[in-house]
Amino acid sequence: MSPNNYLVLSALLFSIGAIGVVLRRNAIVVFMCVELMLNAANLAFVTFARLLGNLDGQVVAFFTMVVAACEVVVGLAIIVTIFRSRRSASVDDANLLKY
Amino acid sequence: MEATHALASGTSSLLVWLIALPALGATILLLAGRRSDKWGHLLATALSGASFVVGLVELFQMLGRDGESRGVTQHLFTWINAGSFNVEAGLLLDQLSICFVLLITGVGTLIHIYSIAYMEHDHDRRRFFSYLNLFIAAMLLLVLGDSFLNLYVGWEGVGLASYLLIGFWNQKPAYATAAKKAFVVNRIGDMGLSFAIMIAFTAFGTVSFQGVANHAGPEHKQIMTWMGLALLLAAAGKSAQFPLQSWLGDAMAGPTPVSALIHAATMVTAGVYLITRSNFVFDSAPTAQLMVVIVGVVTLLFGALIGTAKDDIKKALAASTMSQIGYMVLAAGLGPAGYAFAIMHLLTHGFFKASMFLGAGSVMHGMNDEVDMRKFGRLRVAMPITYLTFGLGYLAIIGVPPFSGFFSKDKIIEAAFNAGGPRGWIIGFAALLGAAITAFYMTRVMVMTFFGQKRWADDAHPHESPKLMTAPIIILSIGSIAAGALFAFGSSLQHWLEPVVARGFVEGEPALQPIVVSIMALVAVALGIALAYVKYVRVPVEAVAPTNVSIWTRFARRDLLQDAFNEAVFMRPGQYLTRALTFFDRKVVDGAVNGTGALFGGLSVRVRRVQTGFVRTYALLILVGAALILAAMLAARI
Repeated sequence: MSPNNYLVLSALLFSIGAIGVVLRRNAIVVFMCVELMLNAANLAFVTFARLLGNLDGQVVAFFTMVVAACEVVVGLAIIVTIFRSRRSASVDDANLLKY
Repeated sequence: MEATHALASGTSSLLVWLIALPALGATILLLAGRRSDKWGHLLATALSGASFVVGLVELFQMLGRDGESRGVTQHLFTWINAGSFNVEAGLLLDQLSICFVLLITGVGTLIHIYSIAYMEHDHDRRRFFSYLNLFIAAMLLLVLGDSFLNLYVGWEGVGLASYLLIGFWNQKPAYATAAKKAFVVNRIGDMGLSFAIMIAFTAFGTVSFQGVANHAGPEHKQIMTWMGLALLLAAAGKSAQFPLQSWLGDAMAGPTPVSALIHAATMVTAGVYLITRSNFVFDSAPTAQLMVVIVGVVTLLFGALIGTAKDDIKKALAASTMSQIGYMVLAAGLGPAGYAFAIMHLLTHGFFKASMFLGAGSVMHGMNDEVDMRKFGRLRVAMPITYLTFGLGYLAIIGVPPFSGFFSKDKIIEAAFNAGGPRGWIIGFAALLGAAITAFYMTRVMVMTFFGQKRWADDAHPHESPKLMTAPIIILSIGSIAAGALFAFGSSLQHWLEPVVARGFVEGEPALQPIVVSIMALVAVALGIALAYVKYVRVPVEAVAPTNVSIWTRFARRDLLQDAFNEAVFMRPGQYLTRALTFFDRKVVDGAVNGTGALFGGLSVRVRRVQTGFVRTYALLILVGAALILAAMLAARI
């Protein structure tokens, strides 16, 4: 089995996610891009697990999913709260914590 | 010289009381505070007197033993016990110490009695007496300690007590400065003593007199020379010898009884005691001895010259003390031939200088604390007792027979001539010259104070002092009449001190017959008096010091520029040094520390600009950082 296709797909997904995080202003979209990056990483883990024939990578993928789920809960709660107080989901508007 | 000779053979349990009694007085008066204002001065005087009685008891016990076994010791406790270094706190009373003990307690007690009346109107009289007692106790410890380290304790105690007493009226800044000056100059001398102690410990492993004496001899010449020079520095500081003499004139800031105490019984005699006590060191170190002689000669001329120009009666007397101590140091530098005469002059000087200082105090007491002799004149009418006693002191100090100064000073001049070779002639004639100048300036003091025209201030009503003040002066002037003859008769003091300072010493053939020296000394004295007569009796003394005087007079008025010299050579460079060091500290040390802080502060001001608050910027930075780390890791792989 050649892992190349899987890895290229993982890299592409990761890049799309990273570019989305950097370029998009909407907090929800940024959030989804983060999810995209996490899942790109998961894909790479699973690919290597399959390639090397052990379960470590798969286990890590499960962990990532759990962490991602928790992150979504906390992250969405924050975003909703910010939206309530500022009437905006733009990440550039929430720039008070600075020098 | 028999170096292994024991300094003492017996013991005595009374010695500690000599020191303890006045020390107790000082402690009680200082702790009891104002509650003891009523009786403090009486207690202090009584305790000082009690110490004198103990001294007398010791003297009589000592007289009961024969010459070689007269010294006694008392072991108090083990002071320092560290490995091979062992210092016992012990006291040693021998023929030399007893002279000092009786002088200190005897003259000291008389000064206590005098002070009761002199300080009557001072609201701090009790404090004054506690310091007097402290002074006596410290000085007794100095002369009774049986090792250099024990002596050092008393030495420092004397320095402290003199500081407290010179600055007793420290509400006047000038007086406080004078006390500080005395203390600082003394510290320089103290360093000499601590060096000597360190040398003794390093070289011989012991600091006791006996221990060091056991090592005396030509085989340790170099060590002894260094030790002797260090001891000389110490003696110069405490005894106001050249080049550390500058504090003595300013020390006149203290109340007059203090001046009497410092000049007659305590303090300045300590240096002479130190040299005489360390005779085993100097006898093994001819170079150090020569330095002692030079210091003595320079100081005796220096002091005498300053004395000729002073209009302040106390400062004139102070200059004369400097000069007379110079005689003693000169004699002590002559070795076994001179130690006894140094001590003899010290004792007679103790009597006549104390009586003259107390007389000066009596004059000031009657003249509203005026010290300028140009404001005196014709006081013999108003103060007959002071005049008579001062006059006896005057005759004693200039060396008119049969007064005490004649015997002691004459012996020193004689010993100087007998020092041998051209050296003997030089120091002999220097001593003669000193005697002539002494006669000149003391006649000047006498004439300006007691003879001539009245030049009193308008509100001055001179009167004789109370009996409590005149009685001690009268007793002291009996001493200044009789002491010299008593000590010189049959060379009694010389034989008395022989076991301590001149064991096995045989007198050589004298260079000049004693009678010739005496005649020369008397001629010198007569010349001095004659010159003073011409200058101060034939020509009336002016009430204001003349200003159109020769440059030499101006020099002498300014203490031969000693203060200017010290200022230019030591004080100013010292100030510049400290200034340079502060500058270095501020600019370089502080600069480095503060600069580091400022650097990071400034850096962080710039770096914190990165915290923009824009999440996407952070994300970009994380991305770039991760990419860079990855690139670096890959680069390391390849």
